[in-house]
Amino acid sequence: MNLKLIFNQESAMETVAQEEMPAESSRAAEQAHLLMSQVSIDFPTPKGSFRALDKIDLNIQRGEFVSLIGHSGCGKSTVLNIVAGLYQPTEGGVILDGREVTEPGPERAVVFQNHSLLPWLTAYENVALAVKQVFKGKKSKAEMREWIEHNLRLVHMDHAMHKRPDEISGGMKQRVGIARALAMEPTVMLMDEPFGALDALTRAHLQDSLMEIQRELKNTVIMITHDVDEAVLLSDRIVMMTNGPAATVGEVLDIDLPRPRDRLTMADDAQYNHLRHEVLKFLYEKQRKDET
Amino acid sequence: MKTLSLKWPSPSGSSASKPSPVSTLINRLMRGLGLPVLGIGAFLLIWSVAASHINTALGKFPGPVAVGQQIVNMYEQYQHAEAKRARFYQRQEKINAQRVAQDPSYKPRIFPYTGPPTFIDRIKTSLITVLSGFLLASLIAIPVGIVLGLSASMYAMANPIIQLFKPVSPLAWLPLVTLVIAAVYTHVNPLFPKAYVVSMITVMLCALWPTIVNTAIGVASIPQDLRNVSKVLRLGWFTYVRKIVLPSSLPMMFAGLRLSLSISWMVLIAAEMLAQNPGLGMFVWDEFQNGSSQSLSRIMVAVIVIGLIGYLLDRTMLLLQRLISWDKKAVLR
Repeated sequence: MNLKLIFNQESAMETVAQEEMPAESSRAAEQAHLLMSQVSIDFPTPKGSFRALDKIDLNIQRGEFVSLIGHSGCGKSTVLNIVAGLYQPTEGGVILDGREVTEPGPERAVVFQNHSLLPWLTAYENVALAVKQVFKGKKSKAEMREWIEHNLRLVHMDHAMHKRPDEISGGMKQRVGIARALAMEPTVMLMDEPFGALDALTRAHLQDSLMEIQRELKNTVIMITHDVDEAVLLSDRIVMMTNGPAATVGEVLDIDLPRPRDRLTMADDAQYNHLRHEVLKFLYEKQRKDET
Repeated sequence: MKTLSLKWPSPSGSSASKPSPVSTLINRLMRGLGLPVLGIGAFLLIWSVAASHINTALGKFPGPVAVGQQIVNMYEQYQHAEAKRARFYQRQEKINAQRVAQDPSYKPRIFPYTGPPTFIDRIKTSLITVLSGFLLASLIAIPVGIVLGLSASMYAMANPIIQLFKPVSPLAWLPLVTLVIAAVYTHVNPLFPKAYVVSMITVMLCALWPTIVNTAIGVASIPQDLRNVSKVLRLGWFTYVRKIVLPSSLPMMFAGLRLSLSISWMVLIAAEMLAQNPGLGMFVWDEFQNGSSQSLSRIMVAVIVIGLIGYLLDRTMLLLQRLISWDKKAVLR
């Protein structure tokens, strides 16, 4: 079966190793590309501290596309913000290529849910802000211009690159947001419900674009989503989170569908539908959430 | 005025069912031009009726007609003074030319005209004083506002002081400023007259607060997402301020600047009266002390001019905001 508990042998061993054999654990950390180990976070509230995430373990390979799925409010965004360095975990930590994450940085570029483009800059200038910051002294002016235009071409935004965010559609804004993140040449790209605010057709277009880009660049991606189809179609692995408080990783599902994946063929594919069913079962049977 | 929607009868009388282009044009003309003119007419009527019932020590309160005559009168006085000034310089040049003709080694000197300042001179003085005070206040208030907006603890530290000084009237500041300037500013031959410095500093002290508060609020309300973008990019402090903080808080900053400028203009008139800075405030005070039969209507002219300049200053700020603002679609009023 593709279903695999997250507390698999590797990470379970590592948990033990951390306590008993520090040398062993540091070796595991060195080998891993992106490792979240025993990550917990408490938020202070007037009624005392609130444990949002509890002991999250996750080991992500280079070039892997991982989706985080779960009901709203379960702390998916918090996980992403911890990897981004925007939040500091109360316990545990994140290690990227052998170095602990302590602050935000462009090697962990974030695509925000509501695009977060600077409204007073054009698409080109928005990407340029990132490129100038990341490649200061490493690229010449002409190289930077070429790199900015290249990334806008990649997301099919080269026709409107001198337009400001309020002059382009929601989908186009999100494309520019992705171009900005890609232009930072990140080790890991973090996407916080990147297509959540878009209509279904635009979302499908952007998903196809993202798959196309991913085929070429093979970035490590962590994407938060609440869309089951999106998760199955795009991911190599789906991490399903339990409901909060003290949310943690419930199950991990390997998606070993062959690439490139085509959404039309997939819709009829037994394996695809089975995987989809597994995710739905987790969300609506095991982690049923009664919205009041 | 939104609740008061007036319908104008159209010539055809059936505009309610299908408005013709002509009737909509008339409607728009009435709204844009007719109603303001009607308002001004009503005001003039009330003014002239009320004025004719007020008797002061200096005679009847001037109505619109008396003030209109006074404007013409003051314009003639101004022309007269200008002609006098021109004659003064002409005479000097003539004498100088003669002396140079007699003695080629003579270096001609031009003595400045020392007649009383004309009304236009007073307007100039007032404008220079208010703008320099406002500019100085802005130069201090904008950076302070940015720093307070960026740091919640700095804001908490400064807030009580701002709240304490914000409502202080310029009249309370003025004696203190006068004494301090008298003690500190003791050049024998000062570059700026003391009265100017006192008025300018008083204007500045009152103009600081709205810009500080509004800038701080504007900076503090930058969306979290944009702050996160800056963190992910590891923007330096100055780049963050220049690329994100300034454009983002510009609308609030301008709201503060406009408030500050209108306060400056109000404060200036009071400051000039007391500090004897030869601007419009001093003109009003002098006319009051003078107490001639003309005084009241001359003060009334000054009141109208003060109002008009205040309005123009605000419009200029609005224009400047439109010019600088990135969001050309934003409705500014």
